[in-house]
Amino acid sequence: MTVTSTRAKPGGILPGRPEPPAPKKRRRNPLPYLLLLPAVLIVLVDMGYPLLRQITMAFQHFSLEQQFGKPAEFVGLDNFTRVLGDSAFWLTLGRSLAFCLVCAALTMAIGIGGALLLTKLSRAVSVFVQAAMLLAWAMPVLSSLQVFQWIFDSRSGVVDWSLAGLGLQGMAGYNWFSNPVTFFAVAAILVIWMSVPLVVFMVYASVTQIDESMLEASTLDGANGWKQFREITVPTIAPVLLLVTILEIIWDLRVFTQIFILQKNGGITEQTNVLGTYVYQVGLSGGDYGVASATALIMLLITLLLTWRYVTQFLKQGEV
Amino acid sequence: MALKPSPVRRSAANITGLVFGLLWIFPVYWLVNNSLVTDDALQSRTPSFLPLDFTWAHYETVLHDSRFWSALRMSFGVALIVVVAALLFAFFASMALSRFRFKGRKIVIISVLVIQMIPAEAMFISQYKMIDSWHLLNSMLGLSLLYVGASVPFTIWMLKGFVDGVPVELEESAMIDGCSRMGAFFRVTFPLLGSGLVASGIFAFLAAWNEYTLALVLLSSDNSKTLPLWIQGFSGQNQATDWGGIMAGSTLMALPVIILFVIVQKKMAQGLVAGAVKG
Repeated sequence: MTVTSTRAKPGGILPGRPEPPAPKKRRRNPLPYLLLLPAVLIVLVDMGYPLLRQITMAFQHFSLEQQFGKPAEFVGLDNFTRVLGDSAFWLTLGRSLAFCLVCAALTMAIGIGGALLLTKLSRAVSVFVQAAMLLAWAMPVLSSLQVFQWIFDSRSGVVDWSLAGLGLQGMAGYNWFSNPVTFFAVAAILVIWMSVPLVVFMVYASVTQIDESMLEASTLDGANGWKQFREITVPTIAPVLLLVTILEIIWDLRVFTQIFILQKNGGITEQTNVLGTYVYQVGLSGGDYGVASATALIMLLITLLLTWRYVTQFLKQGEV
Repeated sequence: MALKPSPVRRSAANITGLVFGLLWIFPVYWLVNNSLVTDDALQSRTPSFLPLDFTWAHYETVLHDSRFWSALRMSFGVALIVVVAALLFAFFASMALSRFRFKGRKIVIISVLVIQMIPAEAMFISQYKMIDSWHLLNSMLGLSLLYVGASVPFTIWMLKGFVDGVPVELEESAMIDGCSRMGAFFRVTFPLLGSGLVASGIFAFLAAWNEYTLALVLLSSDNSKTLPLWIQGFSGQNQATDWGGIMAGSTLMALPVIILFVIVQKKMAQGLVAGAVKG
């Protein structure tokens, strides 16, 4: 067996390219495939099969009758043309994209800002901020949803009370969930509040890996803070930034639970649907599985389109 | 010098940091605070900023609710199955990805990332039908089965970063001493992954603990609900919303997670970063 030298890599974070592990010369070794088998099998059963099923359904007429045993007939692209011809779908799509981009952009901006801020704080404040981030991060989504509904409650909510106290009398007793604009404002605040801590921790973890002497040298060379940020910090943390951006876009586009539960307050479901809740409504509530499946596939396609550039860049950068 | 900022800039940063921290901690504080005040204080139009009208009554209500205990059992059971299965499968898979170069390896790595993009809603209907056809609706096993598949890719992603960090030489010298390949994996590498296993295990635990939608689709009977379903059902039970009870229940649901997070906070961020840097 050939042993190529591999440098020992500590479990922590090492910026830059790691050396690939020693390549194994023996051809057709079945061991890696056997090792992968359980993971691949369970993913195929849990997600591969349902996805295939769903793709098939997207090309079938499939509603409650078929659910109870009537054979489903193939209808070609009928479901897709119905979705694409529905103005409610386009409105929902626009809403979802806008919500996703606003949330992802603000989350990244606040998260990066927060991480850089952490490096400038005195020890006590830094510990406090990290503790706050940790607590917010740890909150289960359902717990957060309950407290946010309470904070924005129209009767006893602290937000309405504070705004009224600040002189905005119209805000006393205001129902945030009855108007699409304020509904999404609350949803965005919640989503951003939940997502920022991960970004802060990941970016902070990689910022602290930056070689201090590089920063010192560049200061001696007369580089200012912004220049340092662009030319030293960003390239070093680029892989992490890419990964977080991809994840944020994916997560914010498929947001479901938050919207679904907040919708129970307002009674304006139609005007506050995002893609996830739209699919749920058409499929599970409406019983039109064929159209719902087609919509879900379109949603997957959009996610791929949105993230593809980042994903390929990421795969190139992090040597796989 | 950029490394030693002036006192003025430093205190400006500290004040910004303080405001930032306060904003982020507020909802958590508000949750705990409102779980500890009387109904009168909750109903009042003026919010109580401190738990002055203190009471444990809401916690008593929750702890005397048999549905809470059944939901707790269900959530813990599911999370436990998911953690054990996901870690085991992900350990094998990340050994394969980290220690071998084989045909199809790159496809597996790309799939791990792309799988995260599949909208969960895209699979509900067929997942429901699949579980239904196995007669596993409303069961711990049925839900766990789907959760394991959903968390394995992410667990592989994290764990691989840690496996990459354990030098191959250690395994090789164990093999020279007569250990089998699998024996080397389990006796040498596995113990060295301690923090990686903890970190990725916690992620799997959290995913299962927090998941709402799939549980909503699969579990309909009263005694098979998980904690997220229970807390959401709590508001619908009585005519008037019992906000105190909801706050107490939400705090209790968050407690195990917060404890876990505090234990392994550093390792988790590192695990994610390691995954990102090493691909």
